[in-house]
Amino acid sequence: MSHPGSTAAEAISVLDLTTAAKEMLEGGIPKLWVRGEVTGLKVYPSGHWYFAIKDADSSISAVVWKGATFKIPARPKDGDQVTAFGQLTVYPARGSMQFTVTQMLADGEGLWQRQFDETKRKLEADGLLDPARKRVLPRFPRTVAVITSSEGAALRDVIAVIQRRHAGVHVMIIPALVQGEGAPESICAALEKLARWAVSDRAAAGIPVPEVLIIGRGGGSREDLWAFNHESVARAIAACPIPTISAVGHETDVTIADLVADLRAATPSVAAEHAVPVLDELREHVGKLAGIMADGLQDRCEVGRRDLQRRAEGLSKRAQLVSERRRSRAERVAQRLMQLAPRAAERRRALVARLGAALEAKSPLQVFARGFSVARDDAGATLTTLSAFVSGKQFELLVKDGRVLATTNSVHADAPHLRTDA
Amino acid sequence: MTFEQSLARLEQIASALDRDDLPLEDALKLFEEGITRLREASAALADAEGKVKTLLEQADGVFGAKE
Repeated sequence: MSHPGSTAAEAISVLDLTTAAKEMLEGGIPKLWVRGEVTGLKVYPSGHWYFAIKDADSSISAVVWKGATFKIPARPKDGDQVTAFGQLTVYPARGSMQFTVTQMLADGEGLWQRQFDETKRKLEADGLLDPARKRVLPRFPRTVAVITSSEGAALRDVIAVIQRRHAGVHVMIIPALVQGEGAPESICAALEKLARWAVSDRAAAGIPVPEVLIIGRGGGSREDLWAFNHESVARAIAACPIPTISAVGHETDVTIADLVADLRAATPSVAAEHAVPVLDELREHVGKLAGIMADGLQDRCEVGRRDLQRRAEGLSKRAQLVSERRRSRAERVAQRLMQLAPRAAERRRALVARLGAALEAKSPLQVFARGFSVARDDAGATLTTLSAFVSGKQFELLVKDGRVLATTNSVHADAPHLRTDA
Repeated sequence: MTFEQSLARLEQIASALDRDDLPLEDALKLFEEGITRLREASAALADAEGKVKTLLEQADGVFGAKE
């Protein structure tokens, strides 16, 4: 029986041999899970991972092509016990057997958890998980930005909830791949685009810049959600200039994005509820405030009115008091005047009497009564000095009870009656 | 003022007017301002139609949107 390569003349090429071996292996051994220890892992610049999986007595070369690495949360380390899913094949260039890995688990769930913990630790070290970083959501955003898949149920849910609650709120969608290869990069690019728009502070097509972001996706496998555990995504969310609400998967799914976001919502619908108030409730709230204001002012006016009334009453009482005081004062004055009046009259009478007496004392008649007399010449002029008397000349002397005609005999200059020392 | 600022101010004014110790003149002034804020807030709550669009970034850094 003859077959290719059965004789020297029918020798086949190396390529044919390796190809035949490859086909045989791939046809004979289906894709399967293999358990073993990772050793000699190297990451090539091309992005592929090369390593070996071994146990006590055997070893097999293994590779994870770059395109499959995103499905594996963390690169295994040498010594890790892993369970790898893949296809046994032949690498023609070296003619060696190689296990092409497409999925990998470490100690059951270990790899995912390890990567999660490691990313968390890094973010924690940078302070990005600090509760003090959490921003307060705006109460009344005019625009909500949504980063998610443009095809997913998450987007439909978010839009429906927002429109039901407050039909006046705008929704700006920034689509991103949320799973599979390139998802973290796509989400980061969307976040950066949003950040550029938000800081530009310029409306786009009449829609004002958003004041809050909802980022997430609907439910899926852990692999599907893994982009939201990516460190670069977490950092981009932390750097977002507006407050963020994460909504990844279902209630039980907690991702790194959830830890970094300002608020974690269990689902996209719940995120929309957190983002947007109910319009009717807002109107009611504003109406209530108007009522409180009006009542408050009315009450305040009532208080003012009562206060004014109290003051007015006080004032009128005081006015009464004042007029009473004034009246009593007038009375006192009048009384005093009354008292003073008779006394004044008396005084005046006494004064008149005194003045009368003085006048009387000065009366020439009184002077005559005291023995004085007045000399007058024949013309009636009073002779008061020596020179008025001329020897031998007649003059008249007025006394108390009549006139005396006299003649001057002689005049003498001495006047002993005027001397005070006598 | 944004709706948020108007409403926050409105809440302040309402709680201030709710007290009796405010001088009447201040109360009147506050009330007057409150009416202004109330008008702003109510206008913001008037029936408006929110749009749902997808963000577009043009090469020159200008942002637009498509349906």
